[in-house]
Amino acid sequence: MLAFLVQRISQAVLVMFVISVIAFAIQDGLGDPLQQMVGMSVSQEEREALRDEMGLNDPLVVQYLRFAGNALQGDLGTSYFYGKPTLDVILEHLPATLELVIGASLIILVFSVPIGVYAAIRPQAWLSKFFMGVSTVGISIPVFLTAIVLIQLFSIGVTVDWFPEDAGWGQWLNAALSTQGGLPSYGRGDDLTPLFGTWNSGFFSQGGILHLVLPSVSLASIMLPLFIRLIRAEMMEVLQSDYIRYARAKGLSSPRINFLHALKNTMLPVITVGGVQIGIMVAYTILTETVFQWPGVGLMFLEAITRSDIPLIVAYLMVVGLIFVITNTVVDLVYGLVNPTVKLTGKKA
Amino acid sequence: MKKLLTAFVGSMALAAAPVAMSAEANKELKMAYDADPVTLDIHEQLSGGMLQLSHMTFDPLLRWTKDLGFEPRLAESWERVDENTMRFKLREGVTFHSGNELTTKDVKFTFDRLKQSQDYKAIFKPFSELKVIDDYTFELVTSEPYPLLLNTATYIFPMDSEFYTGETENGQSKSAIVKHGNSFASENLSGTGPYVITGRQQGVRVEFERFDDYWDTESPGNVGKIVLTPIKENNTRVSALLSGGVDFIAPVPPTDLERIRRDKNADLVTMSGTRIILFHMNQDRVEAFKNPKVREAIAYAINQEGIAAKIMKGFATPAAQMSPAGYQGHNDALAPRFDVAKAQELMKEAGYEDGFTITMMAPNNRYVNDDKIAQAVAAMLARINIKVDLKTLPKAQYWPEYDARAADMMMIGWHADTEDSANFFEFLTFCPDADSGAGQYNAGNYCNPEIDALVNKANVETDLDKRAEMLKEVEQRLYDDAAFVPLHWQDLAWASKKNVKIEPILNVMNFPYLGDLVVE
Repeated sequence: MLAFLVQRISQAVLVMFVISVIAFAIQDGLGDPLQQMVGMSVSQEEREALRDEMGLNDPLVVQYLRFAGNALQGDLGTSYFYGKPTLDVILEHLPATLELVIGASLIILVFSVPIGVYAAIRPQAWLSKFFMGVSTVGISIPVFLTAIVLIQLFSIGVTVDWFPEDAGWGQWLNAALSTQGGLPSYGRGDDLTPLFGTWNSGFFSQGGILHLVLPSVSLASIMLPLFIRLIRAEMMEVLQSDYIRYARAKGLSSPRINFLHALKNTMLPVITVGGVQIGIMVAYTILTETVFQWPGVGLMFLEAITRSDIPLIVAYLMVVGLIFVITNTVVDLVYGLVNPTVKLTGKKA
Repeated sequence: MKKLLTAFVGSMALAAAPVAMSAEANKELKMAYDADPVTLDIHEQLSGGMLQLSHMTFDPLLRWTKDLGFEPRLAESWERVDENTMRFKLREGVTFHSGNELTTKDVKFTFDRLKQSQDYKAIFKPFSELKVIDDYTFELVTSEPYPLLLNTATYIFPMDSEFYTGETENGQSKSAIVKHGNSFASENLSGTGPYVITGRQQGVRVEFERFDDYWDTESPGNVGKIVLTPIKENNTRVSALLSGGVDFIAPVPPTDLERIRRDKNADLVTMSGTRIILFHMNQDRVEAFKNPKVREAIAYAINQEGIAAKIMKGFATPAAQMSPAGYQGHNDALAPRFDVAKAQELMKEAGYEDGFTITMMAPNNRYVNDDKIAQAVAAMLARINIKVDLKTLPKAQYWPEYDARAADMMMIGWHADTEDSANFFEFLTFCPDADSGAGQYNAGNYCNPEIDALVNKANVETDLDKRAEMLKEVEQRLYDDAAFVPLHWQDLAWASKKNVKIEPILNVMNFPYLGDLVVE
C-alpha cells in the first residue's frame, strides 16, 4: 500500500515535469501574449520594452528554470489576463466545472443503470432496440451539436405548424411537436449559494438548477450511451455465468436474481471505468462550456489559448494532469479494496 | 473596491427612499457582448471594449454624434484661441462616483496620465500641454496646428485625481498604469459616468448600477441596472437573445441576421462600419509587385462586390479606398474595379502572362469570415494565373507573422483611432520607418514619399475643407497606384428585444451610449 502510494506520487511528479516541459516548449507556437495586451498602434520599441519587463526575451531555458523554481514553492505564475496567481484563477473556475460534471454524472447514473439492465434482460424487446439505436446516435453526435439542438428546442422553443390547424389531429400534432422554450441557454444564473471559499453553488436554488439542466444533459449525452452499452454488455455476460443459472435452477425470483446477484457483479467493472471516465469528462467540458458560456475551467482554458495567456495554460495543464493522476490512483485503491486479490504494485503484495 | 461598495450601499439606500429620480431609472438591462472589459483602468489598453467601458463609467469632454459631429459632454463649450490652442469651458457641479467634484485639475491629471500610457501616448503626441486657467477653464495646446484636436479630445475621459492619487497598502502608486498584473486603477474606478460598477467577476459578469448623482439629468436614459455577460460563441449569444435570456447583444454574426430579422420579439440595427479589410502586396518579397500593372491587375481580378454579397451575406460595404463614407478623405469617385479580362490583359502587358506563385496569410478568427475571404481572393487570383499558397492562422499566431512580414500577401483590418483618414495612411501606406513608427503595419512596403508629404501637409491644415481635398487626393493616388487591395468595410450589427430602444444610442464607432438608453 505504502509502496504503491510512493510509486504513484513519484509518477505524479514525473507527469507534472513532462507536462511543464511540453507546455513550455510549445509556447512559442501559442503566439505573442503582448498582442492581446496592447493596442495596434503601440510601436515596436514599446513592445520590446514590455517584453523585456515580462521576461519574454530571456532564453526559454532561463524562463523554464525561473518557472520551475517558483513552481516548487507553490507559485505557478501570474495570469497575464486576470492579473492574479494562476492557481487562484483555476480554483475560482473549478467549482463551475465540477458542478457540471456532477450534474452530468447524476444524469448518467440515474438513466444508465435501469436502461442498461433492462436492455440486458430483454435484449429482444423493441424498447431495448430503441434504446440501443438511440445510444448509437448519441455517441456519434458531437457534443456541441447536441447542445445547439437542445438550446433551440428548450431555450428558444420551436413552433411547429406543418399540420392543418383546423383539424383536431393537426392541432394536436402541432402542439405535440412544438416546444415551449424558456430554459436558460447560457451561464450559471444569478442564484448561486456561497458554500465555502470561492465555491458558489448552483445546486441549492431553482434558478441554479435550471441553468444546470441543458449543459449537464449535453455533457451526459456522450457518456450516457457509453455507460448504457457497458452495463448491458457486462450484465449480459454475468447473466450467462454459472451462479446465475444455479440461482435460477434453485427457483429464486427473477427480480432477486437480476438486481441483487447479477447487478452487484455487473457494477464492479462499471465503477472502475466510471472513475476514469469522470476524469475524461473534465476534458469534454471544454466544448460544453464553450457553447453554454459556462464559466468553468474548460472555457477559461480555451480563452487562455486564444489570448496566449501562457502561465495560465501551463498551470491548467498541470492541474488537469494532477487530477488525472489522483483519480486513477483513487480508482486503483478502491478496486484494490473491493477485490483484495489484485496486487497494486505488481511486486510482492 | 471599498469606495465602490459604499457607493453601492448608498445607492441602495437611496433606492429605498421614495426619490423621484430612482422611480424613473428602474429598468434592468441584461446585455451580452463578445468580451468583457479586460481591466477597469481605461488607460491600460486602447480597444473598442475599453472605450465602451469608458462611455459607461466615465464621460468624455465631448463625444461623437451619429453623423460624426461633436456634442459637448463634460466640456460645455470650446473655442479656438490661436492656431495651436483651443480653450475649453468645463461643466460645473459634476461629481465623481467618489463624491469629489470635477475641476480642471482632474482633466490635467488625466491628460498627463494619457501621455504616460503606452497605448495612448501616440495619439496624444501632437499635444504639448494642457494649460489650466482656472477651476473650470483650460486650454489644450499643440506644438503645431492640429486639425484633429477635437477628435482626440473625445479620448479624454476625466478621471478622479484625488481617488487615483496616493499609494495602496503595498506601496504601489494608485495612478500607475500596469500592463500585466494588477494595479489600483485596474480594480477600482471613479468616474463621472452614468454607471457605477457594483460587481465584477472577470470573464463571467460585470454589474453596473446607475450613478445617483449623475450630472446629465436631461438624459432620457431609464436603465437603473446593467448586467454584462461576455458570450464569445456567436450561436450562444444569439440564442441568449432569442430565448429571452438577455435584452441586448453585440455583435450579431452575419449568419444570424435573417434569424433575428424574422423573430417578432427582436430588433436588429445594422450600420456600415469604419473598419477596412484589405490585403497588402509585399514589394520587397515579390519582384512582380513592384510593377504597378501587376498590382492593378490584382485589383481588377478581385471581386469586392461578390465577396461582400456571397461571403459576407451582404453584411459589408465593398471598398475601393480606406476612408469610409463620412471620413474627410472619403472620395466618392472611387468604385471597386472588377474586370477579369482587363486583369488578364494587364498581366500580359506586364510580362507575367504565365503568372507566378505567391504565399498568402490571413487570420482565421480576427475579422468576420477572414479565412473564407482569403480563400476567395486566392481563387480569384488563380484566374490571372497567380498561384496562391494560402495559410490561415489564429490571431495570436498571426500577428507575430504579420510583424515579420512572413508572406507575400497579408490581410489586415484597420479602424482609425482618430476617426480620420490620415490614420490609415500613417500606419498602412507610409514608407516604413522603424524610427518614427511610420508605416508600422505597411506589410506591402509600398513607398511613395510624395503621398506621405501630402498627408503630412494635411495634418497641419486646420481648414477642414482644404484638408479634406488633400486627403481625397491621397485616396485617388493610392487607388491609381493600386497600392493595396481594399476589400470592404465590415458592417456593424446589434440586436435587442423590441422594448429596448437601442437605435438612438448606437454609432459607427461602436460605443453605445448606454446612459441614454430607454427601455419601455
